[in-house]
Amino acid sequence: MSASLNKVTQTLKEVIDAPIASYFESCVHCGLCAEACLFYTETGDPKYTPIHKVEPLRRVYEQEYTLLGRLMKMVGLSKPITDDELEQWQELVYDSCTMCGRCSLVCPVGNDIVYMIRKFREGMAVSGHVPDGIRSATRRTVEIGGPMGLKWPAVANVLKHAEENTGLTIPVDKEGADYLVLLSSMEIVNYPEYIEALAKVFHKAGISFTLASDAFEATNAGIQIGASDIARVIVSRIVDAAERLKVKYVLSPECGHAYMAIRWEGPNLIGRPYGFKVVHVLELLDQLRQEGLLKMKDTFKDPLILHDPCQIVRRGGVLQAPDALIRQVAENYIPIADQQKWNWCCGGGGGASAIHTEEAEALRARAFGVKKRQIEAAGVGTVVTFCANCRITMEEALDHYEMNTKLIGLTELLAEHLED
Amino acid sequence: MNELQLLTWARGPGLDIAVGIFVLGVLWRLIEIYTLGRKKDLAAPRRAAGASGLHTVFRRSLAPPGMLKRSPVSYIGGYTFHIGLAIIVFLGAPHILLISNLTGLSWPALPAQLIDLVAVVTMAAMLVMLFDRITKPAKRFLSTFEDWFTWTVTFLPVLTGWLAVQHLLLPYTTMLALHILSAEILLIVLPFTKLFHAFTLFGSRWYNGSANARKGVPV
Amino acid sequence: MQGPLIDTLARQGVSRRTFLKYCATLASMMALPPAAGRAMAEAMAAARRPSVIWLPFQECTGCTESFTRSHSPTLEGMIFDMISLDYQETLMAAAGHQAEEARHTAMRDNAGKYLLIVDGSIPLGVDGAYSCIGGRSNVDLLQEAAAGAAAVIAVGTCAAYGGIPKANPNPTGAVSVSDIVKDKPIVNIPGCPPIPVVMTGVLAHYLTFGSLPELDDKGRPKAFFGETIHDRCYRRPFYDQGKFAKTFDDEGARRGWCLFELGCKGPVTYNACATVKWNGGTSWPVESGHGCLGCSEPDFWDAGGFYKALSVPADPLGFTAAAAMVGAGAGVAGGFANRAKKSTAKKTHEPVTLDDLEVPK
Repeated sequence: MSASLNKVTQTLKEVIDAPIASYFESCVHCGLCAEACLFYTETGDPKYTPIHKVEPLRRVYEQEYTLLGRLMKMVGLSKPITDDELEQWQELVYDSCTMCGRCSLVCPVGNDIVYMIRKFREGMAVSGHVPDGIRSATRRTVEIGGPMGLKWPAVANVLKHAEENTGLTIPVDKEGADYLVLLSSMEIVNYPEYIEALAKVFHKAGISFTLASDAFEATNAGIQIGASDIARVIVSRIVDAAERLKVKYVLSPECGHAYMAIRWEGPNLIGRPYGFKVVHVLELLDQLRQEGLLKMKDTFKDPLILHDPCQIVRRGGVLQAPDALIRQVAENYIPIADQQKWNWCCGGGGGASAIHTEEAEALRARAFGVKKRQIEAAGVGTVVTFCANCRITMEEALDHYEMNTKLIGLTELLAEHLED
Repeated sequence: MNELQLLTWARGPGLDIAVGIFVLGVLWRLIEIYTLGRKKDLAAPRRAAGASGLHTVFRRSLAPPGMLKRSPVSYIGGYTFHIGLAIIVFLGAPHILLISNLTGLSWPALPAQLIDLVAVVTMAAMLVMLFDRITKPAKRFLSTFEDWFTWTVTFLPVLTGWLAVQHLLLPYTTMLALHILSAEILLIVLPFTKLFHAFTLFGSRWYNGSANARKGVPV
Repeated sequence: MQGPLIDTLARQGVSRRTFLKYCATLASMMALPPAAGRAMAEAMAAARRPSVIWLPFQECTGCTESFTRSHSPTLEGMIFDMISLDYQETLMAAAGHQAEEARHTAMRDNAGKYLLIVDGSIPLGVDGAYSCIGGRSNVDLLQEAAAGAAAVIAVGTCAAYGGIPKANPNPTGAVSVSDIVKDKPIVNIPGCPPIPVVMTGVLAHYLTFGSLPELDDKGRPKAFFGETIHDRCYRRPFYDQGKFAKTFDDEGARRGWCLFELGCKGPVTYNACATVKWNGGTSWPVESGHGCLGCSEPDFWDAGGFYKALSVPADPLGFTAAAAMVGAGAGVAGGFANRAKKSTAKKTHEPVTLDDLEVPK
């Protein structure tokens, strides 16, 4: 066995647990997970059937952790995993899986397939069977500080502009603030309006907040690539800063997988519960709305639909806030059939949007078909979402299909119509 | 060996062996699977109505929104043959007698003609499911020898039971012996094939449901 | 007794009309065309009675009783008038060497033409010493008599299948006629005891057509053994409705519900009891409130107990407790091995670095 394969099996042996065993033993090959996966429904290619994407993991489970599998392995009747095979599976595990978790919701025997993908990626990562795009994003996050290679001076610059635009102070490294605000590189670079919106809301509600110069980046490429050791390094920056600044809350930005990383995976990565609470920005906004602190001066008139980002809603549990907030600001909000936890992914989650091979981009464009149909069926010109990654993925796809649909971030939309 | 001896063997040593292997296999596999354990989730949980492992154990028996339309054969066929099998096994008079003999529990049976009808419907549903497995790309793609094999060992007890009652193909005694033997084969292979989902699906649904319930998502 | 059968019958007060009626009934029971009844009557009435040698082996005489001990003389009893019974220990007046002489004479005079009737099983243990007649073992006598017989009729379950003597553990090494005789046509008329009319039917067929009736794969006349007791049982509708007597004295038993749960072997027993009945059509076991024992089936004595329903275990499950222990043991052992393996993997874990993410060289 090659050194890298040995690493794969060692890693998978560490991560395979009772749920994974139970899931594999329960699968009856009914193929219904395929019907929940946009990569299958849009291409019709059976290799994109979700449970098939973890086939090598199943074999390792069987060969390492079942008595019969061990016997078969001993007498040479089982098929060991190979490097070639893992290379072939890279496309299935990364390019064509956004870890949207829709399959985990339909599996009739109850298999949490996205949980299995997440574990399988640990093995793929240690053996280097990962897409270049995600690999370099991970390297930049660890070595520079963010997936896009953004450094603090650039962020400080954006903050300065925001201060000028709003006339409000944006505190940095302020000890004892209520909230530590995290950002995602995508927002800093592409949607700086988010920061201004946030400053306005905090000011209005009279809540103290701060940014940390050494922990402004909320995204965590380590989670996307599936390397927990690296993800721990990245998440620890935030935990350290939050504890140093003694904040009560850490505010996750709109970005989906950032929320997943800091809210749900973080404590498990560092091996202890937090001393602070992690709140998604929409949860905070909804709380302010309920307290009557989020009043609108006017409403948004154009008909629109909402795109629920998987990692925040279905996988993150922020189920009610988005709907309540959009109704607060939009006059012509059109609810769609598959929404909230049943939403369809944009096609770029789980790190997929960082993969820039021709095949991956073509596949993403095809997978967008389901979203395209939703937009067309609703007959709207505007889509509101609350994840910078969904937004950039959808913008690329809209360009590809030459659609004139406008994309707006929910926080930004709220800020625009916020009472002065 | 004549057919009455075959039947007596099937009812005697055969059943003993089959139930023995079944019990052995079920305990072995369940312990092997669930002792693997899992890490405690350290993230602060969020609570939501309708979200728990137990909720998911029951909720997953219903077709999720839109899925019935996407895969009608899987759902309607699946429901029909699962419910049909349950009716035949748990409401057929001779089967209740067997259960009562093994466990002491007993309840009223359905009329034999109704069980006959259910058996026919169940077999029809299983044939449709087989056809679906052959023709549907994703299902066909996933199918291995085990899928065809387990279909066969599930189908045979229903078929032989029905043939025996209807006096078709072979004398009743022989068919009854074959029926009991085929059910014994089913018992023996159950713990070691995907048929074990009859046990693990509760664990799987519970794991999925409870993990997502911590995030406040009813799945 | 010499002369045609019809004369004999007349002397006994059986009219020609009664005899004709009986033959018609017999023909219909055997599923023969109506004309066969008349043919049968004529053939039998005029037939030269064939020589019959009846050998009793390991038996209880119940089969003979079945034919002879009716409360009133029946037509079945008249079968003894159809034939020239040259040797039958129970019935014959002769004894000892005289009896043996009669047998030898019959075998010699009718070589190749006589019918051999056997009741009882044949013990093979200790060189057949368990049952001897005139110092010769049953198997020896059977082989000798069968050699010159035109056909052999195995009467009763013992002769047909070994019966009760053959029941587990079969101390005498009992076997059936067909286990010994391989080169002669054999008719099996199983039952403990067999139904008399079946015997009459077979003989009538032989006398009329000069051949044996159509047999099934177990050598039984199809006409009488074509269907199960269960299929022809008057209680069958209760089975179909799921109405069962649970004990011999409950409401269901009083109402005459199905006896399946009380161990009735009707579903796996091929015989004509349900249609022909016993004691001159008076009643039969199921009608009297007891399930069928399956006495006309091979090895009925060892078929899991008379009072155990067919769908319940024939023997108590003996392995289950041990299997549960072994299963739990294997599971726990596997579990420990798995946990050890997993913790080793965790202990030897080397932190993943950025370099690990690179494509392996």
